Amino acid sequence: MVGSVPLVWVLTLAAGLFCIGLFGALSRRNIVGMLMGIELMLNSVNINLVAFWRYLQPTGTAGLIFAIFTIAVAAAEVAVGLAMVIAIYRARLTINADEIDTLKG
Amino acid sequence: MNPIAIGVFIVIALLTLGSGIMVVTVRNIIHSALWLIASFIGVAALYLLMEAEFLAVVQILVYAGAVSILVLFAIMLTRQVTGEGVRVVFERWWVALLIALGLFGVIVPTLWKHGATWEEAAKLAQVGPAPVEGAANSLQVATATEIGRSFMGEYLLPFEVVSVLLLMALIGAVVIAYEERTRRRRVLTLAEELALKKRGIVEPRDAEGAVMPREAEGKVILLDSEQA
Repeated sequence: MVGSVPLVWVLTLAAGLFCIGLFGALSRRNIVGMLMGIELMLNSVNINLVAFWRYLQPTGTAGLIFAIFTIAVAAAEVAVGLAMVIAIYRARLTINADEIDTLKG
Repeated sequence: MNPIAIGVFIVIALLTLGSGIMVVTVRNIIHSALWLIASFIGVAALYLLMEAEFLAVVQILVYAGAVSILVLFAIMLTRQVTGEGVRVVFERWWVALLIALGLFGVIVPTLWKHGATWEEAAKLAQVGPAPVEGAANSLQVATATEIGRSFMGEYLLPFEVVSVLLLMALIGAVVIAYEERTRRRRVLTLAEELALKKRGIVEPRDAEGAVMPREAEGKVILLDSEQA
């Protein structure tokens, strides 16, 4: 893989996935859809970390460890986020972000 | 240059990006979650291709296993009706598209500008320490053993901190999603709903057809089974 596929290709793939996730997070009305976009963005960051580790410092562990921390933080984020989605649905009976506008005044 | 590796990479890249696009474009949110699983598996295959086996397994377990099931549960618990006329994206979704495309247009030229530098650095990094004459490359890519050693040595404090973070997230999720017993909604079975219909009681429903909590109406309708 390292001898055949240039690092830039992998980084371009990650950039594409990040932008797809960004579009999903910004455009979806459904809060769960937004969270799914954020998950895609976190995954693309992980691809970057692993690619830089494998291509530039394969004997060290810093890139892998950082990727594992990102996964742990993402898991915590999605657990709290989905609990909030359920709490919001209970209070407002909707999970469309544009209908939850109590603070709009 | 190994054409098989290039081919496998391109297939995995297309799978990952294609499922990612499906995640953000399909109307049905459950289909969206299923495409998300496909995208996660594509990323795990990419990790395998980059010889990060441990991370690939973690990716499958945590993302394709736990996170996606959590997302599916949240979707099913919030019963969002996605009919034909219901909007799934904001009215100004094209602004989001412009932002995403603009960011892509900034990142990619920057990456390709520095591509040659990285390529040289990568070539230097792929040589093991003091290669023996005539022997194969002695490069030792870090494995799960080294990851475990690092966690118990150099990264011990961050490791403990992240475990506290996970505990906090666990408690926080329970506290946020907790519902007082007296306010809990009853989910009617099909038989109970039929019995209510026979007695001419119509369940209060909101605009999208979901059953409203009866406590919100200030009255509690007794079911046959509860009266007995």
